[in-house]
Amino acid sequence: MITITINGKKTKVDADPSTPLLWVLRDHLQLTGTKYGCGIAQCGSCTVHLDGRAVRSCVTPVSMASGKQVTTIEGLAETALGKTVQAAWQEVDVPQCGYCQSGQIMAATALLKETPHPSESEITAAMDGILCRCGTYNRIRAAIQKVAKHPLLAEQSGGAK
Amino acid sequence: MNNQIESITAQNPSRRKFLKDSTALMSGLVIGFYLPIKGGRAYAADAPPKPVYPPNAFIRIAPDDSIIIVINKSEMGQGVYTSLTMLIAEELEADWSRISVESAPVAAVYNHTAMPMQMTGGSSSIPSSWEQMRRIGASARVLLIRAAAQQWGVPESECHAENSQVIHAGSGKTVSYGKLADAAAKLPLPDNVVLKSPKDFKIIGKPTKRLDTPAKINGSAQFGLDVYLPGMLTVLIARSPVFGGKVKSFDATEARKLPGVQGVYQVPTGIAVAASGFWPAKTARDLLEIEWDEGPGAALSTTKMRAEFLDLAKTPGAVARKDGDTVQGFKKAHKSISAEYEIPYLAHAAMEPLNVVVDLKPDHCSIWTGTQMQTMDCMMAAKTAGLKPEQVEIHTTFLGGGFGRRANPRSDFVIEAVQVAMAVGKPVKVVWTREDDMQGGNYRPMWSDHIEAGIAKDGKPLAWKHTIVGQSIVADTPFEGFLVKNGIDVTSVEGAATLPYVIPNVQVELHSPKNAVPVQWWRSVGHSHTAFVVETMIDELAHLAKKDPVAYRLSILPSDSRYRGVLKLAADKAGWGKKKLAAGHAYGLAVHKSFDSYVAEIAEVSLENGKIRVHRVVAAVDCGIVINPDGVHQQIESAIVYGLSAALHGAITLENGRVMQSNFHDYAPLRFSEMPQVEVHIVTSSEAPTGIGEPGLPPIAPAVANAVFKLTGKRLRRMPFDQEKFV
Repeated sequence: MITITINGKKTKVDADPSTPLLWVLRDHLQLTGTKYGCGIAQCGSCTVHLDGRAVRSCVTPVSMASGKQVTTIEGLAETALGKTVQAAWQEVDVPQCGYCQSGQIMAATALLKETPHPSESEITAAMDGILCRCGTYNRIRAAIQKVAKHPLLAEQSGGAK
Repeated sequence: MNNQIESITAQNPSRRKFLKDSTALMSGLVIGFYLPIKGGRAYAADAPPKPVYPPNAFIRIAPDDSIIIVINKSEMGQGVYTSLTMLIAEELEADWSRISVESAPVAAVYNHTAMPMQMTGGSSSIPSSWEQMRRIGASARVLLIRAAAQQWGVPESECHAENSQVIHAGSGKTVSYGKLADAAAKLPLPDNVVLKSPKDFKIIGKPTKRLDTPAKINGSAQFGLDVYLPGMLTVLIARSPVFGGKVKSFDATEARKLPGVQGVYQVPTGIAVAASGFWPAKTARDLLEIEWDEGPGAALSTTKMRAEFLDLAKTPGAVARKDGDTVQGFKKAHKSISAEYEIPYLAHAAMEPLNVVVDLKPDHCSIWTGTQMQTMDCMMAAKTAGLKPEQVEIHTTFLGGGFGRRANPRSDFVIEAVQVAMAVGKPVKVVWTREDDMQGGNYRPMWSDHIEAGIAKDGKPLAWKHTIVGQSIVADTPFEGFLVKNGIDVTSVEGAATLPYVIPNVQVELHSPKNAVPVQWWRSVGHSHTAFVVETMIDELAHLAKKDPVAYRLSILPSDSRYRGVLKLAADKAGWGKKKLAAGHAYGLAVHKSFDSYVAEIAEVSLENGKIRVHRVVAAVDCGIVINPDGVHQQIESAIVYGLSAALHGAITLENGRVMQSNFHDYAPLRFSEMPQVEVHIVTSSEAPTGIGEPGLPPIAPAVANAVFKLTGKRLRRMPFDQEKFV
C-alpha cells in the first residue's frame, strides 16, 4: 500500500511501486482528467502537480509521489490561481478536441505560480513540452497572458513572494 | 418505435417528418429512445432519465425550460456540437443559456443527409445539416406557437416566439416552452415551415463560445479512454510488426505470471493481454515471446517504393482529366519545365490513441468509443459478434482528435475490440499505446507526382501534364462503388483534376499501385498532396513568366472564380508587395479550394540556423455563410498547425516491413515554440455554407515552400521540408 495525498485527500493505493502515477490516477482512482498521450514524457497530456511543480505523471513512478501532494485537473479549482487559469481558458475558448487541455492547464498553472508575469520566452519554454494537434497554442498563450494581467492574481502572487 | 423514425432529408421534403406520433408522447416511449451519454462512469444500473418533451430525435424540452439538443455528429474538436446547436436554436428561438448537448445513439434518423449512414467527415457536417437542422428548429417552434395559441384561444398569427417563450402581442401574455412542450408534442407536424431570412439571424453569424469548453477545462469531458465499466479488463494487443503478418507461435508463460494479468488470448490481429489496468497489461505484453509469420509485408521499404513510384509517374496512367491536347501544347510552348515530387505516408497521431470499450452479452453488445463512423461500426460489430445491428449500441464519446483515423472504412479498431471481447468473455477496454497507434497503419498514402508544364510567350500556361502515383484509399472498401469512377479514385486526384486555372491543354493521370500498407483519409484527403504540387508548380510558372505570384494567379483564374476573392483578401491583409518585411523574411502564397471552400494563405518565413521558421500566416477564407465565426477561426488555425506539422516534420517510413517511427520524438508534431501567428479573414458571402474542418490545410505547405524559394532560390519538392539542408 502506498499513501499519497491527491487533491488534498489522503489516499491509499494498492499498486506496484513502479506503476506510473498516471495509471494509478486513471485505473485505480478513476481520476480520468489526466490523459495518456505518449507514455514517454514527449507530449505532456499527463501533466500533474507534485508538491506544486509540473511533472509528467506517465514517467513518474507512484512510489515517488508517496507522502507528497498531488494535484490533478480535478482539484485545480481549489486554488485561486487554478480557478483564474480555468476562467481565462473559458474566456479565450481555448479547447478544440480538448484531450491535451488538462496537461496544458496544469503546465500553465505551474508556470504562473512560479512566475506570475512570465515573458514571451518564459511562456514558450514552459509550454513547449505540451503537444496539441488541434493547434490551440496561440489561444493558450493568450489565456496565460490574460492571467498574468489579472490584477487580483498579481497581488496575491506578489504577496506570496 | 423505430418504425416511427423517419429521416429528415433536405433533399426530400416529402419525408421531412421527424420522429413523431401521438403515442410517442408517453414518457415510457421516450425513454425507449433515450440513450444518453453519461457524464459519470456507471452505466447499466443508472436510473432511467427524466422524460422530456417534445419527444423527437433532436430536441428535448424539459418542464423547467432546459433544452437538450441531440447531435448526430461526432465532436472531435471541430466545434460541431456548438455549430449544429446554433442552427437549431436560431429557428427554435431558444434561450441559448438553457441549452445543453448530447451525443446521438445510432439510428436511421441520425443518418447523414447525403449518405445512408451516420458518420462525420469530409467537412460535410454544416453543409449537409444546414437546412435540416434549421427545419427541425423551425418545426418545433411552429408547434410550440400553435400549442400556445390553442391554449389562449387566439389566432396563431398573433403569436410569436422569443427566448424560449411564446408571446401574444395583443394581450401581452407569455408562456415558456417548458410549459408548452407537452401540448406541442401532441400536435401533428407542420407540413411547411418558413425559414428565416439571413438578415433576421440572431445566433447564426455571431461569434459563439463552444458548448463543450467547460467540460474540457475541468477534466470532466469523457473521451473513450475515460470509460470504465464494472469488472472491465484493460487489454493491450501485440500486433504483427509487419503489415499482414500472422502469429506463428507464442509463449506467454512469463506474461501470465505478472500480478494483475487475467489472461492471454490469441485474437485475429495478434496476442491480447487482459489485465486489471493499463500498466500490468503493458508490462505483461513486453514479456510475450511471439514468433511471427511475417509474409510478403516484410519486404516493404519506402525507399524502394519511392523509386518504383517515381518510375511509374513517367508512364501513362488512367486519365482523370483531359482538356485539349498536351502533346501539341508542349510543342507550341515558349518555355517548359518539369518536376517530380515526393510526399510521404503520414500517421494521424491524434492526441488520444485509439481505444474501444466493449461490453458483450449473448444478445447485446454495447460499445463506447470515439468514432466518426457509427453505422458502419455498428454493422461490422454485429457481424463480428453474430448479432443483429439493432442489438449493437454505440455510445459516441468525445474524440481526442479524429482527423479521419476514427472513420475507418474497414471498422478496424471496432472489429478487433469485439473479437477481443469474444475471447475474454468480460467487458474490455482495448487500448492502443502511442506506438501501436503510430505503427498501426491506416496512413495518408505516400505519393509521387510528376508535372510537366509549359507557358506561352505571354507567360500564360499553355500545357499542363500531371501524373499522380499513390494507393487508393477506397479500394476494397464499401466506398469503392461510389468513389471510384472509371478506374479513378476521386480522392486521389481531387485538387489536381479540379485545377482551376485557365490552361488550354491539361492532362491529369493516375496510377493506384497496391501494397500491404493500409491507407486512409487524413485531414483534407487528396488535397493534402495535390495542393502542394499544384500550387508550388504554379509559383514556378509565375517565376518563369517573370510575374508576381498573386497577379499571375489572378491573370489565369476565370473572371467569376471565387478563388479571386480569397486571393485578393489575403494579399490585401498581408500587405503583399507593399509591407516591408524584416530582413531575411519572405512571403509565400498558395490558394486552394477543397470541400467547396476557398482558402488563400500567405506565410511569412525565415531561416533560423538552417531551419525553416514560419512567423505568421495570413489566411483568407470563403466558406459561404458563416455559422460561428469563432469556429471558423479555430478551424483555420487548427488546419494550419496540422498541415505545418506534416509539411515541416511529418513522415512515416518503412524498412524491412517495419515502421521506423514510433512516438512523438521521431514523428514530431508542431510544438508551441514553432507556432506562427495566425490571422484569419473571412469573405462575406450569402452562398450556402461549405466545409471548414479541412480546407485550411492544403494551402499551408505550398505557401511555405514558395516563401522558401523566395528566400533561397531553392524549390522544395519533397515533404517533409526538414530533410532539406539550408546553408
